[in-house]
Amino acid sequence: MSSPFARLIVPALLPIVLILAWWYTSEGGSSIFFPPLSQIQERFQELWLFALVPEHVVPSLQSILWGLWISIVLGVGLGVLLGLNGYVATAVNPVLQFLRYLPAVALLPLAIQLIGIGQEMRVTIIVLGALWPILLNTIDGVRGISPGLIDVARSNRLRNFDWIFRVVIPSASPQIFAGIRASLAVSVILMFASELLGASRGIGYFILEAQRQFSLPEMWSGMILLGIIGYALNVVLMAIEYFALAWHRKARI
Amino acid sequence: MHVDSTLSSLPIAEDADRPVEIRIDGLQKTYKTERGSVEALSDINLEIRRREFVSLIGRSGCGKTTLLRIMAGLVAPTAGQVEVGGKSLWHNGTVDSSVIKRLGVVFQDANLFPWYSIEENIALPLKLRGVKKRERLERARELAGLVGLEKFLRSYPRELSGGMRQRAAIARALSDNPELLLMDEPFGALDALTREKMNLEIQRIALATEATVVFVTHDIEEAVFLGDRVVHLTPRPGRIKDIADVPLSRPRAMEVQTGQEFNTVVAELRASLNQEDDQ
Ligand SMILES: Nc1ncnc2c1ncn2[C@@H]1O[C@H](COP(=O)(O)OP(=O)(O)OP(=O)(O)O)[C@@H](O)[C@H]1O
Ligand SMILES: [Mg+2]
Repeated sequence: MSSPFARLIVPALLPIVLILAWWYTSEGGSSIFFPPLSQIQERFQELWLFALVPEHVVPSLQSILWGLWISIVLGVGLGVLLGLNGYVATAVNPVLQFLRYLPAVALLPLAIQLIGIGQEMRVTIIVLGALWPILLNTIDGVRGISPGLIDVARSNRLRNFDWIFRVVIPSASPQIFAGIRASLAVSVILMFASELLGASRGIGYFILEAQRQFSLPEMWSGMILLGIIGYALNVVLMAIEYFALAWHRKARI
Repeated sequence: MHVDSTLSSLPIAEDADRPVEIRIDGLQKTYKTERGSVEALSDINLEIRRREFVSLIGRSGCGKTTLLRIMAGLVAPTAGQVEVGGKSLWHNGTVDSSVIKRLGVVFQDANLFPWYSIEENIALPLKLRGVKKRERLERARELAGLVGLEKFLRSYPRELSGGMRQRAAIARALSDNPELLLMDEPFGALDALTREKMNLEIQRIALATEATVVFVTHDIEEAVFLGDRVVHLTPRPGRIKDIADVPLSRPRAMEVQTGQEFNTVVAELRASLNQEDDQ
């Protein structure tokens, strides 16, 4: 498994087999719910390379990226504050756990009432779901700093900015990244759900519209696009993590 | 406190002239745990002169690390005071870190920052003081050479062996030319030859930088070779049982260890440690 060849080929095998299987089984099929993959692919090219990208993909991506970014800033910021103040963290923990398990989609009707159906509403909903994994992981990471490193920091009089940015955040960063990855998955779901209910643009809206008009190849192309976007965002995040946590990777091998 | 009379009658002339730098006065430390309290230190009194090298020996658990941590400003004493240059280090459980201008600490574990390279770890104290990058890295290279890590400047801590990490931690503690250097069994993870080399280096550095050093070790020979005085702590509660003067001029070469004066002090201390068992 160690040769680069094996590392690139092996993970690609199953997807290729699945796509081929889909291609041949759907070809000439009679069900209108499962149109031939060749037809979906044609429609995909027409729509998403790149005719409708500005209208539907850009707003969806904007919602995700804004939502995720705000969640990271808030989650890491609050997480560091709470993680460094054990008593406060213990005090607010029950509330955090409650909010975490309250599904953010349940807040959609209220959010639409309060904020309307603009992008602000969708970003808000994403933040309400994506914040918790980052926040809770950051708190855990901050509370797990090795006591030995705290000693070194204190004997070198590390304070405030240096203490937080050179010790606390790097030390918690493996956990923070794990939180961000979980939040990314949540963001994609909430982006989609919020576009189903409150949007006139975006991939979610497009898929719903295609379904209403019974344009099933279009609907399928939208679903595939959604999968591709989620996958691509994860790849980007993994790449950032790969470089940011180089020290941690070396530590584990 | 029992002070050996034959040895204390042989003070090194220039030592006596130096002012007292650190005065430890009635120091006591009780740790409170869920299972009751542990008296780690009880009535410790000790005066350390400027540029003096004090070795600290004693059985495991006798409070050596505790004493060092109090002096480093990391844990508050239950009672008593540490005065540095005439100023109190502790005020009702909070530390006044301005009392020790430049402090270097080597802990029992290396405690390097895993996200920094060896070079950055060594230069960290300088970075915090705002020393320019070029100067910092030059100093890191110089210190890495001193501890035999010049080929590992760009490596990360976990790529190094335990002894190499410990040497990096020593280099870090030295990087800002500390006026007070506290070392807690710094050579425990090193092989005998490296250890010998490091002993010579530490002596050279202490003389060159004019640092005051408190050095914890389990090795009697090492304690005597390095120390101007060797303090013997006994456990439960930690007390000073004995302070031995080492009447050997500096710089000392490895060969002093075969000499009679050296071995007399070693024998005294060994007897003192053995006596502990009989009690
Ligand atoms: N944080 C702590 N909480 C409770 N008890 C402690 C704590 N630190 C040390 N002790 C206790 O204080 C006593 C002295 O510990 P200390 O670490 O100072 O010993 P030491 O002389 O450094 O031992 P060693 O040679 O094994 O390093 C021990 O009995 C230990 O159990
Ligand atoms: Mg110890």
